[in-house]
Amino acid sequence: MKLTISHETLYRFEPPMRGVVQSLRLTPSQFEGQQVIDWSIDVAGAERGAAFRDGAGDWVETVSVLGPVSEVRVVVRGTVITQDLIGVLKGHRETVPPEAYLRPTLPTEADMAVRALAESALESVENDDPLARAHALASAVTDAIAYCPGETNPGTSAAEALALGRGVCQDHTHALIAVAQASDIPARYVTGYLESGADGGAHEASHAWAELWVHGIGWIGFDAANACCPDERYVRIGSGHDAQDAAPIRGVAAGIGVEALEVDVHVDDTTADQGQSQTQQ
Amino acid sequence: MPRELRSLKQNEAEALFRRIGITFAVYGEGGSPDRLIPFDMFPRVFQADEWARLERGIKQRARALNAFLVDVYGRGEIVKAGRIPGRLVYQNEAYETAVCGIVPPKGVYSHIVGIDLVRTGPDEFFVLEDNCRTPSGVSYMLENREIMMRMFPALFQENRIAPVENYPAMLRRTLASVAPHKCDSDPRVVILTPGHFNSAYYEHSFLADMMGVELVEGSDLFVEGDYCWMRTTEGPKRVDVIYRRIDDAFIDPLCFRPDSMLGVPGLMNVYRSGGVSICSAPGAGVADDKAIYTFVPEMIRFYLGEAPILNNVPTWQCAKPEDLKYVLEHLSELVVKEVHGSGGYGMLVGPKADKAMIALFDQKIREKPWNYIAQPTLALSTCPTFVDEGIAPRHVDLRPYCLVGEDINLVPGGLTRVALTEGSLVVNSSQGGGVKDTWVLAE
Repeated sequence: MKLTISHETLYRFEPPMRGVVQSLRLTPSQFEGQQVIDWSIDVAGAERGAAFRDGAGDWVETVSVLGPVSEVRVVVRGTVITQDLIGVLKGHRETVPPEAYLRPTLPTEADMAVRALAESALESVENDDPLARAHALASAVTDAIAYCPGETNPGTSAAEALALGRGVCQDHTHALIAVAQASDIPARYVTGYLESGADGGAHEASHAWAELWVHGIGWIGFDAANACCPDERYVRIGSGHDAQDAAPIRGVAAGIGVEALEVDVHVDDTTADQGQSQTQQ
Repeated sequence: MPRELRSLKQNEAEALFRRIGITFAVYGEGGSPDRLIPFDMFPRVFQADEWARLERGIKQRARALNAFLVDVYGRGEIVKAGRIPGRLVYQNEAYETAVCGIVPPKGVYSHIVGIDLVRTGPDEFFVLEDNCRTPSGVSYMLENREIMMRMFPALFQENRIAPVENYPAMLRRTLASVAPHKCDSDPRVVILTPGHFNSAYYEHSFLADMMGVELVEGSDLFVEGDYCWMRTTEGPKRVDVIYRRIDDAFIDPLCFRPDSMLGVPGLMNVYRSGGVSICSAPGAGVADDKAIYTFVPEMIRFYLGEAPILNNVPTWQCAKPEDLKYVLEHLSELVVKEVHGSGGYGMLVGPKADKAMIALFDQKIREKPWNYIAQPTLALSTCPTFVDEGIAPRHVDLRPYCLVGEDINLVPGGLTRVALTEGSLVVNSSQGGGVKDTWVLAE
């Protein structure tokens, strides 16, 4: 599938700030399921620099805007060709040892209920079938948290979302990481885009899911919010231990004031367009 | 020395310390947090040959610790070879996935390695712990010497005592030697302090002064483009090497704790893209964890192919069931420490503890066994020390400061800490310990 992405993030500051520094993890990396045709990030009035590929294989760069700053607009445009690898992150270059993703962070810390959910999910699964174990945990999380926007916030932990039984993709992802880690399975948070198509079954264009380390295979994506594994509708941007660590944009503004945020994301299937432009050439 | 002269000298020393302004903040006590650290005029003396062996052992350890850090953030050979359990390394709180794949300039993660040693026999030294992050106390080493030289100049003429005064110059050379590849001129070095509320602020400003470099707080630095800059009255100046005295978690709110006000937003990106060096490198803490400590002799064999010159204190890991059982049965004989604790807080000295204290630790260890290690109480060496009754033996330890950059250097000396209470084994200044000058006699 050929996916065209348009992603604009606008920060407004009132009163204007003395300066803004952001770390952007906003560039998809290449692997067998994903080929980047073109990609651009534009931040008007910003100094760009300090760019590198991190140990998890993500491209990270830094932008700074000198004050007074009343708004920062991050504009991302790109085209990616995707393939359905039933969630397997094949051919992705990274150096972080999978075991490093066994350690929980604040939002993925397991409580009694998280451990109980993990145990009951794995009750009837063979211990020597790591893939079945990962699937069992993902569907347990799908069943335990109903998709329900507005009930949780960015600070909600896995344990809190599970106790509430409602949440959004961030909560499903934290919960799946928590039950996986509680079952001694390395797990991490992945951000990306999702083409939701006409059926409207998928939830958000700017999306998040989990990757679990499955022995013998490697990292496999599980989207508990949509009860599936990432396929050709998914574009993978980057990963981290939790939502904050994996965030596409992390920023700090120097000054005191109110920050307002507007996000606009479009993911379009342009597979057919590609055919057209090719015939025109 | 007659009693009157002694008290005269002691008063003189105290006045000198007050004038210089060395104080040490003690947490968990009432009253003024800034107090003088007690100084004992009796120096601790090492012969040249004793020191030569110690020096070889310390440098060997510093080399192995750095090789370990480069390895565990790289290919992880020591884990793959089964010599250290991966769980202890990769699930360690101090392991930073943010620096995986990074080899800092000259392959050095820990530039100042403070190694705490105790002596148990004429030729027997044990390493109590390694400090790979930002070991403090070196200002006392320098001040103790200066005060001894002012008070007893004749002793320094009669004895050939190796100098320690070149430590700041050596530290500066070490820091400059690990400037990033992108730095093409004389490297600008700064010390990053959390500020004057920090207990070691005096040391930060002292070292900046002695090295002739700027002492900065996070708000004095900013990130723009590929580099980190310092605000000055003459406009921004590029910074090449940051000797940071703040913890990893606070270095950069865009990478670690988002609520940190002490760090510099974007600094970790500049570091990771090779625009600045940070000393010690973020992530260095995984090498000085008390659970990793047990494996340092293994590191020396694995990376250097050498036999360890300095011994570890035998250590029981409460995370291991058989060790846990032994520890719980022998609490009254052992010293129990938290894996991540420092400064002598949260530890149990079994032989000195009452029943309630032992019961409390019994419970704590059962709740979180992986959080504790235990060691035997060693027959620590003593040093003559002035006390109210005259001169009496008191237990001491030693922290030399090993500098690792392009080469490895060690000034002949270190910080000798002394437990001033009779029979006490706790020398931490936060627990009422004192300090002494440390003399290495030249051959």
